[in-house]
Amino acid sequence: MVFLLCLGPLAVVGWRALHGDLTANPIEFITHATGDWTLRFLCMTLAITPLRKLLRLPELIRFRRMLGLFAFFYVCLHFTTYIWLDKFFDLGEMWKDVAKRRFITVGFLAFVLLIPLAITSTAGWIRRLGGRRWQMLHRAIYISAVAGVIHYYWLVKSAVIRPLAYGALVGLLLAWRVGEWLSRRGRLAPAKAGVQHSPINAAQ
Amino acid sequence: MHIRRSPELTHADVTPKSVYLDRRKFLRDMGLAGVVAFAGKGLLDLASPSQSVYAGTKLTTIKGPFSTDEKINTYNDVTHYNNYYEFGVDKDTPAKNAQSFHTSPWTVSVEGEVKRPRKFTMDEILALAPLEERIYRHRCVERWSIVVPWIGFSFSVLANLVEPTPKARFVAFETYYDLKQMPQARYAGLDFPYVEGLRLDEAMHPLALLCVGMYGETLPNQDGAPVRLVLPWKYGFKSIKSLVKIRFVKDQPPATWNHSAPQEYGFYSNVNPEVDHPRWSQAKERRLGEFSMRKTLMFNGYGDQVAALYNGMDLRKNF
Repeated sequence: MVFLLCLGPLAVVGWRALHGDLTANPIEFITHATGDWTLRFLCMTLAITPLRKLLRLPELIRFRRMLGLFAFFYVCLHFTTYIWLDKFFDLGEMWKDVAKRRFITVGFLAFVLLIPLAITSTAGWIRRLGGRRWQMLHRAIYISAVAGVIHYYWLVKSAVIRPLAYGALVGLLLAWRVGEWLSRRGRLAPAKAGVQHSPINAAQ
Repeated sequence: MHIRRSPELTHADVTPKSVYLDRRKFLRDMGLAGVVAFAGKGLLDLASPSQSVYAGTKLTTIKGPFSTDEKINTYNDVTHYNNYYEFGVDKDTPAKNAQSFHTSPWTVSVEGEVKRPRKFTMDEILALAPLEERIYRHRCVERWSIVVPWIGFSFSVLANLVEPTPKARFVAFETYYDLKQMPQARYAGLDFPYVEGLRLDEAMHPLALLCVGMYGETLPNQDGAPVRLVLPWKYGFKSIKSLVKIRFVKDQPPATWNHSAPQEYGFYSNVNPEVDHPRWSQAKERRLGEFSMRKTLMFNGYGDQVAALYNGMDLRKNF
């Protein structure tokens, strides 16, 4: 059910494409739609832990991996439109872009950082890495989300409201974690408790 | 999956956002369509034969010079893919938000260093010279391009009427601005009214078109009705829309994008494949309707006409 909903944005683009309704510049439309949905799925993924705690719904955790993988799915589509329809698989041109244009550099960073997270998203990899290390690695999503927002902010010409809205949302979701971390440290420090957190229960 | 408690609905609400948004968009469009139909009818009823200027009026033209024989973009593309930030920053928003923009009556004030400053009504402008159809390439700084059959005549026709004095070295242009009619302008991140400028010799160049129509009709609102400039050798944002003021001046006037990000948008902003925008290469462009990118031409292919204007200038410095 959730899985199908996550495919919704792609279905909308596909449906509009069939009806020739992707504006006069379909490639730009697809690039922007897939980029937008990457940011939205990153935000949803980051929202799971705060929502679980605030709403006392621990079972929400089962959606986190799927939402994260959908963020990766949409960023792959986003990157594909860029490398194919903008650069026509000219890797030399792509590297020039990545090195020279800071909005591409930071967008590329956001994309690359998600690759190991997608690969290690399975239960087997959690076991192999161990909960602590797996969790450390998967904190890369914080950097990826921030880099994604900066990528958007540096891309627009002057209308910064939407990138700033994403920035505020990501900022809020990360600030909640900082608050949580501070209050947990306050609680744990006097008790000197060394409780091992499994990644499933720890804040991410 | 079963829904147990109402808070879970809050989360479930997040995912089907596309459905939700599309529904709202649909309703909004339906509402707008109604308003537009109503307003359009009202205008038609009110317009006396002499008030000929509102979008969609047929214009009689002769063939003008400088036309390209390249394939013209569709009317639908050119009217639904617009940068007109006063009416919203997305490409498809001006087509919706500019529908009820009042372009009649309209006057253009020509002033500054001229012997005969005066105001022109649209009817007067339309009668200044035979209307020419000129098919120009139009290259946006964002790396897309279109081919449009514009209608108008050289800006120099109007300039010669007001007789610039020897002190006039630049021309300053200003777009109409009214927050009530352009509420989206608030979110554009630009200072309005939109202003642009040209050196006098650039403005007097015969390619510089004072444009009143396209595709055989008066300009649609989202394309800069009722009168705009078209400068085919410069990036699109120099071709200022919905003109209300033209001022001949001594010093280089401010230009909106140049003022907003001087390192990205120069005063001249001539199309130049060799000078990159700081954030992207300008070597290629996508002609709307085409899959592959094509090579961008120096001065957008109008070098034979305009290159002499910039003899001896470092175009990297004066980008």
